Amino acid sequence: MVDAKLPAVTPVKFDAFDFLARFAPLIFLIVLMAVFAIMEPRFLSSLNLFNVMRQVSIVGLLALGMTFVILTAGIDLSIGSLLAFAGLVAAAVSKGGLSNRFTVGEGQDALGYAWYLAALAAIGVGIIGGYLQGFAITRLKVPPFVVTLGGMSAFRGAALLFAAGGPISGFEPNMVWWGQGKIGPLPLLGWQIPVPVIIFLSFAVLAHVVLRYTRYGRQVYAVGGNSEAARLSGLNVRAVTTSVYVIMGFFAGLGAFVLAARLNSAEAVAGTGYELTVIASVVIGGTSLFGGVGTIFGTVIGTILIGVLLNGLVLMNVSSYVQQIIIGVIIVLAVAFDTFAKSRRRTK
Amino acid sequence: MTTPSLRVSKISKSFPGVHALVDVNLEVAKGEIHALLGENGAGKSTLLKILSGAQPPDSGEMEFAGQPLVLANPHDAQRLGIVTIYQEFTLAPNMTVAENVFIGREPGSGVFVNWKEMASRTRSIIKSIGLDIDPMTLVHDLSVAEQQLVEIARALSMQSRLIIMDEPTSALSSKEVTKLFGIVRALKSQDVSIIFVTHRLEEVLELCDNYTVLRDGRQVGSGPIAGTTIDDLIRMMVGRQANALFHHEHHSTARPEVALSIKDLSRRGNARDPHATVLDNVSLFVRKGEILGLAGLVGAGRTELARAIFGADPFASGQIYIGKKLAVIASPQDAIRNGIGLVPEDRKQQALFLSLAIKMNVSMASLSHLKSWELFVDERAEEQMVEEFRRALNIRMAGPRQLVANLSGGNQQKVVLARWLALRPQVLIVDEPTRGIDVGAKVEVHNLLFEMAASGIAIIAISSELPEILAISDRIVTMREGKVTGEIDRAAATQEILLSMMTVGASKAA
Repeated sequence: MVDAKLPAVTPVKFDAFDFLARFAPLIFLIVLMAVFAIMEPRFLSSLNLFNVMRQVSIVGLLALGMTFVILTAGIDLSIGSLLAFAGLVAAAVSKGGLSNRFTVGEGQDALGYAWYLAALAAIGVGIIGGYLQGFAITRLKVPPFVVTLGGMSAFRGAALLFAAGGPISGFEPNMVWWGQGKIGPLPLLGWQIPVPVIIFLSFAVLAHVVLRYTRYGRQVYAVGGNSEAARLSGLNVRAVTTSVYVIMGFFAGLGAFVLAARLNSAEAVAGTGYELTVIASVVIGGTSLFGGVGTIFGTVIGTILIGVLLNGLVLMNVSSYVQQIIIGVIIVLAVAFDTFAKSRRRTK
Repeated sequence: MTTPSLRVSKISKSFPGVHALVDVNLEVAKGEIHALLGENGAGKSTLLKILSGAQPPDSGEMEFAGQPLVLANPHDAQRLGIVTIYQEFTLAPNMTVAENVFIGREPGSGVFVNWKEMASRTRSIIKSIGLDIDPMTLVHDLSVAEQQLVEIARALSMQSRLIIMDEPTSALSSKEVTKLFGIVRALKSQDVSIIFVTHRLEEVLELCDNYTVLRDGRQVGSGPIAGTTIDDLIRMMVGRQANALFHHEHHSTARPEVALSIKDLSRRGNARDPHATVLDNVSLFVRKGEILGLAGLVGAGRTELARAIFGADPFASGQIYIGKKLAVIASPQDAIRNGIGLVPEDRKQQALFLSLAIKMNVSMASLSHLKSWELFVDERAEEQMVEEFRRALNIRMAGPRQLVANLSGGNQQKVVLARWLALRPQVLIVDEPTRGIDVGAKVEVHNLLFEMAASGIAIIAISSELPEILAISDRIVTMREGKVTGEIDRAAATQEILLSMMTVGASKAA
């Protein structure tokens, strides 16, 4: 076949705005790091950088799940509460019950269960919690905002009820390793990499592969991009929508396990306010709250960006109250930018 | 006849690429009921928007009650006594009848509303038009006909001198229509002028004094109803010259085997009215390789039929057969499994993923044919498929990863067609396949439909443009108010015949 009358295609012009919209998070991150490095030399020390990464890894795990949810134009406000509940269940499994919740150190191993059972318990609680919310959203047709606002209260209540309000502390060393351990030193570089950072980055790669290369990933983008068109293309919109809340629950459970291991303790007030930081990380990473647009790479950058910002502010002795104000303002600005970008796409 | 109440002269209005109105004149006397007629897209809505102040004209003059009429917004029009009752109701469903009637003009002092006065004034107005309900009833508890009356009550409460009614009878039963006509005649006797827009030509003869017919944005006829027949009106609405662009050399490729047949499909209830008849015992069939045109006015049930066959909306009763086999279709997935595809009427809302790349838009329905390692998308095969469709359908695009939002309407429509061709359907339903795309692309889409039919696909084509229906169909079925009103071979069909089948039913068309 000869393409004799192949029509002239308008060359794709360089669009400064498009370029900025795409790489804004990365550019912002680099600028921010440069500013902090100049103002506070301690910021760039490798110890501090790994410290930042370790701090962001739990929020990062949750942000990976939240990326799936927001890509479908959903939202999950319950993650902090679900994380607390799942963490307490994992802690109880590790301790073999609630009776010896405060014993720390050797000698109590015989009573508890292995770390992997604790991890499975946390993830199981997360998945069930996520599924229940997905069910309410797709079958009872309650908006995600309302369902997960309810979940935020209900899971927090469940956590308080489960542990009677108190913490559960002191796990076996094999479990604590998942939160406090390090791998390394790496050959040549000599770095020791915290285990939570490795977990976060591994799952980031996995999530990226799922969203970018699988049929399921396509369906997530399609449902968020235009759910009616997805339905009329024969996609099972309900199943896809439910699944992203299950995935969110999985990451809430995993994050709960890693957090409990890192603190060597679980408590019912853990994860308070996480939903805001997590949503901010995802949105700053370029994922649109309107659905259908966003990447895991963006979310990872967004997570690190928030982590760097908070770490830099701490190093510069900015009060934590001011930090909350900054996070709030950043969320609103990021969404304003997203709305602006969307209206530009429309008028094009 | 007395002096005209409204005089519109040489009004023109253009939108990018379209002359919506060209030098249109309109005169309506005091106490006159004037019919404004035209096919879909003839320019009626644009004229109504100008008269109601929603849009300014590009040129031309308007006079109302002897004064030059310049409207900056709908509020100006209302203040002068020009009130428009739109087809889509503008009532607030969660407020009371009284609040809706007096919305924005609540009687009272300062910031406080005098509820007692508002209720009593509302009661006297709605009583005068035969609506006997408590003014404190919430609007969403009313039937569609009662809501229509509330709209009229609101118009009356504004001391209207000119009431414009856009398709006021489309949602009413015949009994309610009679009642509405009584009200309109009463208004006429009070010297209120009425502009009455409708598709039902019998109503025009029964009710109206004069008419104006628009076609392609031009005024093609006006005069007194007395001495005019439905056929005269249809001839004016359709015009003599068929659109030359739609003269294709098309020979039917229909084969004897029936690909899809439906029997007694019925559905009741839509978003506005749970008891409305949407589809009423619809039966039809389409052969392999045949293009069946489905003609009807807006609201005739064509799109609803397409969506019912495709499983997008549930239907109450009836059967769908693929070949001779009964098919159970409860969802689009079922329809796709049975080899049925649907190109929906609203490309942007129902078909495209504007934020995604072209290739993802093409492959979305056929991902199960493009799998590698079960879970993954075989992207090489996918891009190869997109390239094949780019050549076959002549899609003008930069590359498979370009965003579909950046394509023209015609190329976007080809992307949607490619999505269904990738599934090799046995039956493809296309709803307004060329809406909003330019003429050259229309011809290309028509040729694609012919090629698809020639390859054995049975096609059901819905279009509001009669020249298009005539150009592409082998056989045409007309619908009105959810019922099939007739069937005709293309060779025997003309626009006049189709329009009368669509508006007055088959019995009169013969």
